[in-house]
Formats: sequence, C-alpha cells, structure tokens
Amino acid sequence: MSRPEVDPTFLALPFRHLGEVALARATELGATHADFRFERVRYQHLRARDEVLQSASDVEDLGFAVRVIHCGAWGFASGVVLSPDEARRVAETAIAVAEVAATMTTTPVEIAPEPVHADVTWVSAYDVNPLEVATADKAAVLTDWTRRLRTGAAVDHATAFVMAVQENKYYVDTAGTSTTQQRVRMQPGFEAMGTGADTFDSMASIAPPVGRGWEYVAGSTAQGAWDWDAELAEVPELLAEKLKAPSVEPGSYDLVIHPSNLWLTIHESIGHATELDRALGYEANYAGTSFATYDKLGSLQYGTPVMNVTGDRTHPHGLATVGYDDEGVEAQSWDIVRDGVLVGYQLDRPMAAMKPELAGPDHPQGRSNGCAYADSPGHIPIQRMANVSLQPAADGPGTDELIGRVERGLYVVGDKSWSIDMQRFNFQFTGQRFYAIRDGELTGQVRDVAYQATTTDFWGSMEAVGGPQTWVLGGAFNCGKAQPGQVAAVSHGCPTALFRGVNILNTTQEGGQ
Amino acid sequence: MSSQQVTPQSLVEQGLHATVSDDCTVIVRDSTSANLRWANNTLTTNGVMHGMDVSVVSFVRGSQGVQVGTVSGSAASQAQVTELVRAADAAARAASPAEDAADLVRDRVSPDWDESPVPTDIHVYDVFAPALGEAFGRSTAADRVLYGFVSHEITTTYLGSTTGLRLRHVQPTGHYGCTGKDSALTQSAWVGGATRDFSDVDALAMEAELEQRLGWGERRVDLPAGRYDTILPPSAVADLMIDAYWYAGARAAHEGQSVYSRRGGGTRLGERLAAPGVRLFSDPAHPGLGCMPFAATGSSDDERSVFDNGLALGSTDWIRDGELTSLVQTRQTAAMTGQPVTPYVDNLVLEVDGGTGDVMDLVRGTERGLLVTCLWYIREVDPQSLLLTGLTRDGVYLVEDGEITGLVNNFRWNESPVDLLRRFSHASSTVPSFSREWGDDYFSRTATPALRVPDFNMSSVSQAR
Repeated sequence: MSRPEVDPTFLALPFRHLGEVALARATELGATHADFRFERVRYQHLRARDEVLQSASDVEDLGFAVRVIHCGAWGFASGVVLSPDEARRVAETAIAVAEVAATMTTTPVEIAPEPVHADVTWVSAYDVNPLEVATADKAAVLTDWTRRLRTGAAVDHATAFVMAVQENKYYVDTAGTSTTQQRVRMQPGFEAMGTGADTFDSMASIAPPVGRGWEYVAGSTAQGAWDWDAELAEVPELLAEKLKAPSVEPGSYDLVIHPSNLWLTIHESIGHATELDRALGYEANYAGTSFATYDKLGSLQYGTPVMNVTGDRTHPHGLATVGYDDEGVEAQSWDIVRDGVLVGYQLDRPMAAMKPELAGPDHPQGRSNGCAYADSPGHIPIQRMANVSLQPAADGPGTDELIGRVERGLYVVGDKSWSIDMQRFNFQFTGQRFYAIRDGELTGQVRDVAYQATTTDFWGSMEAVGGPQTWVLGGAFNCGKAQPGQVAAVSHGCPTALFRGVNILNTTQEGGQ
Repeated sequence: MSSQQVTPQSLVEQGLHATVSDDCTVIVRDSTSANLRWANNTLTTNGVMHGMDVSVVSFVRGSQGVQVGTVSGSAASQAQVTELVRAADAAARAASPAEDAADLVRDRVSPDWDESPVPTDIHVYDVFAPALGEAFGRSTAADRVLYGFVSHEITTTYLGSTTGLRLRHVQPTGHYGCTGKDSALTQSAWVGGATRDFSDVDALAMEAELEQRLGWGERRVDLPAGRYDTILPPSAVADLMIDAYWYAGARAAHEGQSVYSRRGGGTRLGERLAAPGVRLFSDPAHPGLGCMPFAATGSSDDERSVFDNGLALGSTDWIRDGELTSLVQTRQTAAMTGQPVTPYVDNLVLEVDGGTGDVMDLVRGTERGLLVTCLWYIREVDPQSLLLTGLTRDGVYLVEDGEITGLVNNFRWNESPVDLLRRFSHASSTVPSFSREWGDDYFSRTATPALRVPDFNMSSVSQAR
C-alpha cells in the first residue's frame, strides 16, 4: 500500500498564515528566537464491558503555541482562536511572559543550532487510519472480544478497549525550518476477570501499543497484525490456571523475562534514567533525577557486556518515531549503552547547548538528537523519551533455550504494576503471569509475584539476551513527565533475556495477610 | 459571528440549537492557566495558556433503548461547535443502546449562568515571583539548590442541556512545590501545598522551611528495610487516601473485583474497615476545598454516567465511624447495588475523632520512629487488599525521644491504605493538604491529618537521595 498522505482537513487549516503573523510579531518585539507550533490531535477511546459498548468518545485538541527566547529567558503562550489577531496576541503574551521570567533567569537560555529543514513533510507508516474506520465496526470488534472471553468458565467479566490517536503538527521557526507531520498510533487491549476459591484476579492481553493503523487489529500478520484470535482463545484458560496457582515462595530466583514485561523495566530504569534533563536536575521537583549522572558518562557499568541499548526516533512503527521533533530537529538514532557501559543521553536543544561535547567535533556548539516533544498545543516542548531499545544478540538463543538454562526460576510474561524511585535505583514490577521453571522446564503458573531490584544490580545480573527471533517492540501509550504534566507515547524493543538471582516478593505476604 | 463576540454561553446555546438528536448536553470549559518552573536556582520554563473545550453528548431514543454519542474538542467558534454537534449526533445514531440509560436531569439553572469566565494570568505571581528571585539568591549564597513549580488555573464550566439545565461553576486550582538540595546533592527536602489564589504562598517562607529540613539532614543514619513506627504527614496521607477513593467504584466492588468486594458476592458496605472514629468524606461545599457541585462528564465509564450530568452533588460519607458507608455510584450502579446515588466528588477529607495537634506533635510523642516527607510513584500491586507500592521521597527523618535526630535513607514500601486506616495509632488534626503524587495533575483538593502507623512496611532500601 502507498504511504499515506497528510490529512487534507488539517492542511486546510490556516496554520501557515498564523505562523507568519506570530513570528513576525515576536521578532518585531525583539525575540532572539521564536517558534510557532500548530497542532491538531484527534483521540478516540472505545471501551466495552461484558458484550456491551460502555463508552465511545472522540476528542480533538486544536490550537497553537508561540515560544520565544527574549531577554535571555523563555516565554511561552498558547491559544485556541484561529485568527491572525489571536496569533499576534499570543506572540505578545509570550514576549511579556519572557520579560517576567527574565527577572528570575540567572542562566541565559541557549539552544543548540540545527540545520534548516525548509518546508518538509513527514507521515508515519500505517495502512488504515483507525480514526477513519467506522466507530460501529470498532465497537463490534470489542464487544465480540468480550463475548469470546466470557465463553471461558473461569471468566466472570471481560473488558476490551481501543485508543487511537491521529497527531498533526506544523512547526516553523525564525531560523527557517518548517515541518508538517502526521502520526497515527493505536492501543487495543482486553482483560478477563475471574474469581477463585479465595481470590480474584485478572489476565490482560500482552499486545503492545503500536505506531500502526487499524490493520493491527483487522489486517494480516504480514501487515503487522497481532494474533488476537490466538490470544483470545488462550487467555480464559490461562486465567483459570492462574486462579488455582500456588502462591510463590519469596526468595532469590533466576528470571527469564519476556519482552512483554521487560519493555517496561527498560522504560523505567534505562529510558528515564538516560534523559539528560533528569541527569542535570531539571526534573528534580517532579519526575526526579537520575543515578546516571553526567560525570559517569563513558564509565558507568550499567549492566553486563551483553547489554546494548539504542535510542532512536526512526524505527518503523515506533510510538516515539517522528520525522522532526518539536524544535525542528531531524530524527536520529544513537547508542545509549554499549557493551554494558553508559555512552549516551537523550537531548533537546537547550540540553545539547549545555553539553556540546556530546555531539562530537562536527558540531562544536552541540546538536540535539531530536528528543523534544509537546503533547498538546497548550504545552511547551520538553525533552521526552526516544524509542529506547535493548538489542538482541545476533546469533542469540530462543526463549526456550534461555528457559532451558535455568534450574530454579520464573518465566515472566506481560506487564502489570510498576514503580521506581526518584533517581531510578530501586524498582518493583509485577506481571500478567509467572511460570515456575524447574530444571529447564516450565512447571505451571505461580501467583502473587513481584520482582524487586536496583537498576545496576539487575542489568548486572543479565547473563544472556535472546536472538532477533525473540525481539518484540513493546511500549507505553501514556508516559507522564514534567510540570505541567504531559503524556507521551514511546516504544521499547527488546529480546527475551535471562537474569540471575533476582529478589522475588510474595505480594500477599507483603500486605501482611 | 466574530470570535470576539463568542461567549461560552453562546457556544452552549448554539450547540443545543444545532442538534437534531432527541436530547443533547453541551459542556463548555473555559480554562486559563499560568505557571513558572525552576531548577538549579534559575527559572526554566513558563507559560500562559488559554483553552476552550467543548463536550457534546447527544441522545437518540431508539426502539431498543437510548443511544449516546459523545464528542469533545477545542472550540472557539459557533462553526466549530456545530461540527462537534453534528459528529455527536451521528455517533448517537450509529451507537448501540447505552447500558447506563436514565432520565436526564431537568430544569436546574445557576443564578450566575450569564456571567463571564473568570481568567487568570501571569500577574497572579506578581508578589510571588520577585520573592522567588530573592529565594534563589539566598539559596545560592547558602550552597543550596532549588527546583520547583507553581501553577494557577481557573476553569469556568458551563453545562447546558435540552432538558433545561444551565449550570455554571468557577474552579480555581493552584499549587506550589519546591525541592531543595545541598550543593553536593547528598540530600533533598520538599515543601508543597495547594492554594486557590497564591495570596497565601510565600516563596521566602518556602525557602526557609527547606533550609530547616536540610538542616535536619546534617546527621545521616542508614537503616535497613523492616517495619517501623512511621509518621505520615498530611501530604502522604492524602496520597494514600486518594487511592482508597479512586478504587471505591461500586460496580467493581459489586462484581467482586476490588478491596471493597465481599467474598462470596456483593460489597462490603456496612462493614467496619477502619478504626472507630475515622471519617472519610467529600463535600463540594467544604471550606477551602470548594469544588463542582454538579455532575459533569463527557463520557460514561464504571464511575461516571453522561445521563447523570447536572445531578446535584452533596456531602458524602465514604467511611463513617470506621464503617464503609458509600461507594462511588452512578444511578445505574445504584440500581445494581440497591444503594443511594453517591457520585464522585472532586475533593476528599479524612478526619479522626480525637485527632489533635500537628505532625510535630506526633513527632514529640514518638520514642523511636521515622518521619516521612512524602511518597512517590504509588501503584497498585494487589487489588484484593488494595496493596500499593511506592517510595519515600525527599527526606525520611529519624525520630528519637520525640526529636528529629537525623536523615535516614529512602525506602520502598508496600502497604494498603485501607489497612492503614485500621492500624494507625495516633492522628493529628485535619488540615488542608496536598498530595505529592496526585496533586499536580489530578486531585489537589484534600484535607487530611498526619497519621502514625506503628508497623509501616518499609520493604527495601532505596539509594535515592
């Protein structure tokens, strides 16, 4: 299928003229840099419960923002009235805000330069825009999923949902860059709930959110569709087994972790920890800082030598994949951890200017690697996560082989609960299902499991990564950061991996029961 | 009509005029906000934002029941609202019957319906901002580093319907938070709170409190994981109570999926969950925590129903004298459970009979224990007990013989807020509080006491400082 084009209903909006007006006014008032960002983000969320469509909501976020550097300070303002007068007023407000901010700005704002990308267009890779599929058709899929789940004897209730987003952005700045982009992303899912003799529990789909269209649900595997039929068929039985499973004995276990769980550990303990704004303290009051401080670049032993982690905004179908970021920087890919050692960070233009050496000798004033993002026209761009992925071993083992290496351990599938401290040291995760491993064989599910570790200990216990055949692109649809709070979608690919001697808690015992 | 002549009321009326459905609700939210953010003793980002969001809910009565279509979007013109209404009408015609169908609320009018939206702007910080600049100077001179954020937002909501609803509510929401560190970054402290207009927020007082807290950390004591006599300040109690409230949906409880479910079927309503004298409640008219006194939602879910839009909200006891008395109910779930209609309210208060003094009074009464500053990254681990996990953050202090004697390492904890309400040993008076985890973006209107818990489960040590 040919690459989709930018939605003509977006192109019909007056963003070019509003941008010209806003930038002209900001320049006239003395801004040393100004950028204008016009966005239309369409969201749809459908939810079904027990064969009934519970809700279907469509939301559209439309507006524009002006960001300036003036008097050495940032100024930012946004508006929703699509008129030249309003564009001018918003530019004036941004300048006024910068003048207030200048009295409290002790370090003048600088941004790293970026080559000019004039009048470029980029559209993400998908076949069928999910927002152009009839709502009734999507509702029929979801209610059918809940019906099929409820045929399982152990399933009392079932829910299904789909979230779909179409994001259109126009960016223009006073350096001459202007970009027009369109991205589509989706997160379908379902969950079955059941009751056992003395317990209740649930089992959810492990399908990841993706930068794909409706073909992910209704297409062929060649189009990248998830095998929904297979998973819908197996989840009721898996839930029945889980409800009868024995409670885990706490202690130290070897873990074989499937990508459907490991992506989240990567997100929390590597992705966020290697955001340079966090490492430099700019998130200290909210999301926190990072143990991976700048002085450790090139020396921190993050994990074992089999650990290789990349950052990129280019991977096809990645949730953080773009053509250009929200500061007009072209998408790139780079190393974050090489052979177990910290070698890189995620940057935006202000951070890149602070640490120009990260860009190498070709960019003496520094260069961003394209990690600026704002989740709406009403928010200022901040440094947000690229697709951060753990690389497989070129000729690495399959999942069965990794399980075969374990004498006493657990095989972890699917994500559930997650939590990590303010510097990304201590984390605790649960999962959808945990299988006991005895002498290299799976011996059935166990319940009430959480694994708890410190980041470098955990990655330092990674004995092996699987081969490319085990690699899956997982991800998060709504990752939170910043003040005011913003959400972003991001993908994390990884293979199945083997970890030795990880601390396992029994969550029932933790609760004092 | 030009954009300058558009008012939220005119957008509501335009939407109700444009609908071809049997009934329609239009909710317009006009929001302005202003924020300042700082780090490393300098301002980093800032902004002034204006948004106008319109939610349209269309209702079509069919042979099988009532069909609903909901569409929301940014809108600042009559034409944009008309487009939203057309989309909602079409969605309703294509929908299956709604399971939460009920008679729409009728004929309620706010006396201030005709009034304009109330705005905020950067000048809300006219007093705070210069003082913040001075605080940066003080901190720099004393080898301390400040990081923080202030936000002020006013949202004026207009809800109109074809059934005669014309309701208006003005909601100011403000909060401040500041983290302080020594220049070597060996420890951190935090202060924060909620405000409605910033007239009661003093940047220099904030900086002085951080100075005091960082002073407490001059002596460092490393402690292992374990169960400790722990004092949770009002901020931390707010964190935990918000989770207890958010998981109190009647449907999940009725269907056997929450801590409020009775084993064998039904809910735990009427059961004593907490210690005697514990009251957890919401009240839109609570002094200092005023919030929207009517239901207004753009879409239905387990705890909210578009059919309930316009319902009056009143004081609701969730727990009274330790007994579970209400769960979050729509009219649909109230019928399902045979209970009164008790919708979600946007504030939360915890009171304990006999609670007296403040958090430092609890410190003075403790022989050996821990004083927590705040909690972070709280997530549900086990819904059966509402076991939560999270971290301590920005200062855990050792209490010995009623005095703070040093700074302790941070911990990961695993606890259930419902169980804590049963196990706490001491409580202070209830005061306005601010949840560190949830206050910024979701839930800032709380009043809670400090609680002392004799055996709080600090599950493992966190190296974070």
